Amino acid sequence: MKLKNQIFLLLPLVAASWLQGCKPKTAANAVSGDAAIKAYVPPGKYDEFYNFVSGGFSGQMSVYGLPSGRLLRVIPVFSVDPEKGYGYSENTKAMLNTSNGFIPWDDLHHTELSQTNGEIDGRWIFANANNTPRVARVDLKNFRTAEILELPNSAGNHSSPFITENTEYVIAGTRFSVPIGDNQDVPISSYKQNFKGSLSFISVDPTSGKMSIAFQLRTPGVNFDLSHAGKGPSHGWFFFSCYNSEQANTLLEVNASQRDKDFILAVNWKKAEEYLKAGKGEKKVSKYTRNWYDEKTHNSNSETLNEVTVLDPAVLKDICYFIPCPKSPHGCDVDPSGEYIVGSGKLAALLPVFSYTKIQKAISDKAYDGEFEGIPVIKYEAALYGEVQKPGLGPLHTEFDGKGNAYTSFFVSSEIVKWNIKDLKVLDRVPTYYSIGHLCIPGGDTRKPNAKYVIAYNKITKDRYLPTGPELAQSAQLYDISGDKMQLILDFPTIGEPHYAQALSADLISKNSTKFFPINENANPYVSKGEKEAKVVREGNKVHVYATSIRSHFAPDNIEGVKLGDEVYFHITNLEQDWDLPHGFAVKGANNAELLIMPGETQTLKWVPEKAGVYPFYCTDFCSALHQEMSGYIRVSAPGNNVPISFSLGKTNEAKEVK
Amino acid sequence: MKKMFLILGMATGLFACSGNSSKQAESTAETTTPAATEEKAPAYDPERGSGKFTNVTVSPTLDKALADAGNKVYDVKCASCHKLSDEKLVGPGWKGVTTRHKPEWILNFVTNTDEMIDKDAKAQAMLELCMVRMPNQNLTDEEAHSVYEFMRKNDGVK
Repeated sequence: MKLKNQIFLLLPLVAASWLQGCKPKTAANAVSGDAAIKAYVPPGKYDEFYNFVSGGFSGQMSVYGLPSGRLLRVIPVFSVDPEKGYGYSENTKAMLNTSNGFIPWDDLHHTELSQTNGEIDGRWIFANANNTPRVARVDLKNFRTAEILELPNSAGNHSSPFITENTEYVIAGTRFSVPIGDNQDVPISSYKQNFKGSLSFISVDPTSGKMSIAFQLRTPGVNFDLSHAGKGPSHGWFFFSCYNSEQANTLLEVNASQRDKDFILAVNWKKAEEYLKAGKGEKKVSKYTRNWYDEKTHNSNSETLNEVTVLDPAVLKDICYFIPCPKSPHGCDVDPSGEYIVGSGKLAALLPVFSYTKIQKAISDKAYDGEFEGIPVIKYEAALYGEVQKPGLGPLHTEFDGKGNAYTSFFVSSEIVKWNIKDLKVLDRVPTYYSIGHLCIPGGDTRKPNAKYVIAYNKITKDRYLPTGPELAQSAQLYDISGDKMQLILDFPTIGEPHYAQALSADLISKNSTKFFPINENANPYVSKGEKEAKVVREGNKVHVYATSIRSHFAPDNIEGVKLGDEVYFHITNLEQDWDLPHGFAVKGANNAELLIMPGETQTLKWVPEKAGVYPFYCTDFCSALHQEMSGYIRVSAPGNNVPISFSLGKTNEAKEVK
Repeated sequence: MKKMFLILGMATGLFACSGNSSKQAESTAETTTPAATEEKAPAYDPERGSGKFTNVTVSPTLDKALADAGNKVYDVKCASCHKLSDEKLVGPGWKGVTTRHKPEWILNFVTNTDEMIDKDAKAQAMLELCMVRMPNQNLTDEEAHSVYEFMRKNDGVK
């Protein structure tokens, strides 16, 4: 068949609706024709990157594939998660213990991947709880929270959990300064006299990952915001942005925005280590909790710790130095070479870049502008490499491409700006929809960025998607940065409110992914290794059901002899030994969610029946064509009704009808 | 004259990523190519099945210690679904299993379960009967051998 020269120009529906949906500014040409190809990952193909995104007020961490923007998993960290039984099962409850008791919901702000030699090593990702100060370590073999450490003498753990280049330390700096010590019952207006900040240096065992507080620095009362470690030549230093150097305790919106410059605090942590070794630290009684999950016993544990070692930088003079930084700095980002530190004053209209070399010289020359509460303040010009002029409004956060360029998010002017670190010239800018908070380049805060994309995490994104009532999904946006110009190629909605995020090449973790737990290594005290070991045991008013699950039945599935007033513990062992074969467990009336049990794992659900009767239980996770048959009954008898404990599977002799 | 389709956006994505370029689609050889390669491939041996076990030597007498080890594996990983009699539970009972299948077939089936269920006629016939895909219980080679010896013991080998 012959056709004349014809050109069919087909714009896909999706692109067409983008064009109509974007109201502001240059949105009409924001998405160019090949965007969909660049973000498209065909069915059956894997994404090139994992993207770990903080869930903000959801307390969780979500995992996306890039460039598709497909949501792969939500990892429960600081909040209970009924989907996975996290915080509900007896096995995971302890993960959310604190010195304030069990806390079911917190606010997760930042994520940070572990590093070796300044490069992402794919072992762990850390996250902070902002409200009740804690740091969590998530194991990237199984995408589960492995450990949570509480931070004493801390309030508003915002400046966290950034790490040093060999994961020697995870950092936790306080957003809120508070009274610390024996008497904390002081007037709020005594902020300047009584309120202090804390910077916790959490050491990480290089093999097990176990976290412990090596030391805390007690600082003047200010609000620490974000931080980053030095790298390469500046390894051994840490840089913290802080605001409220006005030391206001009310109407911070106005009162903490008075000064032209706040600070970046430069911390020589190698020097702090020396003081620690020399015994200059003071041991302070402070009660806090550490929780961890054991992959062999399939149980979480808690311990209470009672002491931290505190160093006072106002006395130990050469640990801390303030560097003036305009106005209320948020991001505090160190470039891949370790030489340049970018401070992002969120109320500023310029972007200062500090030089590590100049900071060192300023310290040796004592180029100070006096002190702030006993800590030397380096002269602004003495530390400054240069300023990016008129980059945009409200710079928040900068990441790097490893090719000499920086990408900064601008909340107020809603854009990402690319600029050159050496000559401080703006190279490109793209609008975001709308108010961007953080941004992320895979490895963009390490020595070796993998700069194919930059992702914008937007805070206020009204009308970006179909409306869903008063609360709308916030949007992340993916930009291709492989060329000179940034190109928007995808929007995707995020869970909760994303703050910080990290991304890495998928092959760094996909190859290590746990597929199942070997049943022979299961050391849970209530494991049933095979149906032979399934049983029901009474211990006083506690009834322990040792049950197994395999496609598609429980053993036992008929249980009698439970009495009203008993506490029933279902210990379910999943006997499957293959990938992606969890079984679920739910019993009618359980006021404590359900279980989801991975292959080879044992999990326990506590159930206190409220009245006599027969209760069905069943598998909640579709497992085979006979999944619907995977069920059983448990009988609960009135205390006077003398029914002995019995249990069975496949027994079919019929009892008489009860009238 | 030439045709020219300029398709922008997602449509291009679909075509570009599908792996079936228009060249292949137009080629008449497309449907015959896979058949031709199948002919060249070594024939599937339905007696031995598919997997790493191609030639298993079986002693006429029972290795009792090995069979006992197999019994332990059976208790943890197999007994939920397989009785030792000829009665079907979830899967078929084990009585006589070593007389129905060659050792290679059994060892391949218990270690390479998914591929066997997808490929093997006898395994598929059993799936139609049982309607539950046998889980791959990730037996080591040693565990698989021990389970086979336990099956032989169950079938009366002394």
